Amino acid sequence: MKSKFALKLTMGASAILLAACGTTTTSSSSGTSSSSQGSSASAKNIKVFVIPKQLGNSYFTTADSVKSGGALAAIQQLGATGTETSGSASTPSSQLPVIQSAITQGAKALVVSATDPTALCPTLNSAMAKGIAVVTYDSDAPTCRTLFVNQASTSEIGTSEVDLLAKEIHGQGQIAIVSASASATNQNQWIGYMKQELKKYPKMSLVSIVYGNDNPATATQVTQGLLQQYPNLKGIISPTTVGIAAAAALLDTPQYRGKIALTGLGTPNEMKKYVADGTVQAFELWNPANLGYLAGYAAVLLAQHKITNKEGTTFAAGKLGKYTIGPNHTILLGPPYVFNKANINNFNF
Amino acid sequence: MNSQTLISKGSSKKTSGDRGDLASRIFRLREFGIFGILILFVGATTVARPRFLGGQNIRFILIDTTVFALLALGETMVVVSRNVDLSVGSVLGLSAFVSSNLYQQFHHVALVEVFLVGLGIGLVCGALNGLLVTVGKVPSLVVTLATLYIIRGVDVLIVGGGQVVANSLPNSFIEVTSSQLLGVPTVSIVVAVLIGLGAYYMKNFRSGRDLYAIGSNPDAARLVGIATSRRVFNAFLLSGAIAGVTGVIWASYYGTIDSTAGTGYELQVVAAVVVGGVAIFGGSGSVIGAAIGALLLNTINSALYVLGVSAFWDQAIAGFLLLLAISLDRGIFVYLQRTIRRKKVLGGS
Repeated sequence: MKSKFALKLTMGASAILLAACGTTTTSSSSGTSSSSQGSSASAKNIKVFVIPKQLGNSYFTTADSVKSGGALAAIQQLGATGTETSGSASTPSSQLPVIQSAITQGAKALVVSATDPTALCPTLNSAMAKGIAVVTYDSDAPTCRTLFVNQASTSEIGTSEVDLLAKEIHGQGQIAIVSASASATNQNQWIGYMKQELKKYPKMSLVSIVYGNDNPATATQVTQGLLQQYPNLKGIISPTTVGIAAAAALLDTPQYRGKIALTGLGTPNEMKKYVADGTVQAFELWNPANLGYLAGYAAVLLAQHKITNKEGTTFAAGKLGKYTIGPNHTILLGPPYVFNKANINNFNF
Repeated sequence: MNSQTLISKGSSKKTSGDRGDLASRIFRLREFGIFGILILFVGATTVARPRFLGGQNIRFILIDTTVFALLALGETMVVVSRNVDLSVGSVLGLSAFVSSNLYQQFHHVALVEVFLVGLGIGLVCGALNGLLVTVGKVPSLVVTLATLYIIRGVDVLIVGGGQVVANSLPNSFIEVTSSQLLGVPTVSIVVAVLIGLGAYYMKNFRSGRDLYAIGSNPDAARLVGIATSRRVFNAFLLSGAIAGVTGVIWASYYGTIDSTAGTGYELQVVAAVVVGGVAIFGGSGSVIGAAIGALLLNTINSALYVLGVSAFWDQAIAGFLLLLAISLDRGIFVYLQRTIRRKKVLGGS
């Protein structure tokens, strides 16, 4: 992403000056410090817990760590104390005790990627009742958080993938979609926007939508079916990481490389080989580090009562620039990030 | 002990002398029945989509079949002995990740070492199954249902949120499944030879024949002095070992491996074995039949995708075709049995 110019918030800038305390990841509990609530806290006393779906997942490591410029980097930059913690499995039963413990450790803000949209609610609601700011990122719990940082808008994912493909095949030829499952809500919404966007390209025709069920074997089979059924196929969009990796592995032969364009949503590590050898020119995803950074930034500002979660609230988020809170207490990170040969090696997730 | 062995030897010789011709003819015909259905199916699809018989598509079906036919080889030995191994999908998944992950962990890994690790994992899992079934005297359905989950659990534990990506795999590893000999995938040829050896072993080796005896009547087999426990243990050991090696092949083919590899394969393998004419309650069936069963299943799947059957229908239609194939095959078998009985009555033996 063309990183927007870093607009520096005046308050934020003063906080940066305070950021001498180089708190990195882990900080163990200092008991239940019942600090006085109403005090316009100096950032140092603000404890923010970053709780991804699970630890050890490279996607979340990128989203959270200081090194990649993720959530902890933002928290550190604002002078607050950040801790990344979670369970080992991506389940509510593994995440709940961690949230609970963060609350008892005196968290002022939680940055959570919800393992379940509802199961965490009793705990998150009790946190909010104690005045803790709950910011969800990556995966939302819509009814029990202060703010949700949305990685990419549904419409933009749909339209931008069609635009990417259209550029590669010069706006003409048969194309197909390799989706996840036929009932997946997000997939169908994206496909809906793709169909709309396709109206801009009258010479491109969507001939088929097939479903790989996010299973590599099935995704490979349905893609192979497409190749046999449509000998003149020019391009494939696969808005799912499993599907695009399977399709890329199948197209990674001299017979198809460069002749059938492939794009969609993928992760850089999975796609590196195929981008390097020319099977895939470009694909998309959001930048997880920016997602984490924005969530961490907003969490500290909320905990400091410098912003509220009201629609229309505007704030500057450090290196990412200015953001406005939209409807349903949601901030949108921005357009999806396009990965290609030039930038893919800067990412490791 | 000695006399018992003599008796069993003598009696088996007697039967083979008496009905050998007829029995072998039935076996051959049974395989022929499935093969006929396969030809019919390929013919019909090719008429509708001539590209179905193109080189690339045949190679695709062959590689897919290779995985299942190999698993079916081990499964047949277990099923013939009136047992079942439901853990093969999990063993495949564990082996696929751990073996290919060697490339991400170490700098210099030889292909042989990767295969040995896969084989080793398979042997350990197979031995565990075999011990629980033979020493623990727990029904194999229960044992392998449990190990299906246990081994998958271990897999999830080891993988965590990580994955093996194609970029980290060397070409020598990818070539395990991408190299060809006269237009045929080399790995398919190797596996075909293995299946041939397996068929020869099951037909001509004492220990192979014993599995049929055990499956036909476990008590009688024990009474005539067959080391039933050891034979059954070996069958599980072999099935595990084969699943382990298949995991390495799977990893080479798909290139992207996480903790879901091979999920649900156990049922597809059992289906291939049964479609191939192996009696689910043991005692009869052949390795070659099971391999053809795997080929038929994969051909049906592939044909439905190539024909462009809607995703909402393809599973139901695949199931229906499976039922049709089994009924047809069963019909032929029953018809044959009747004619044999009539012959026997007429012959007065």
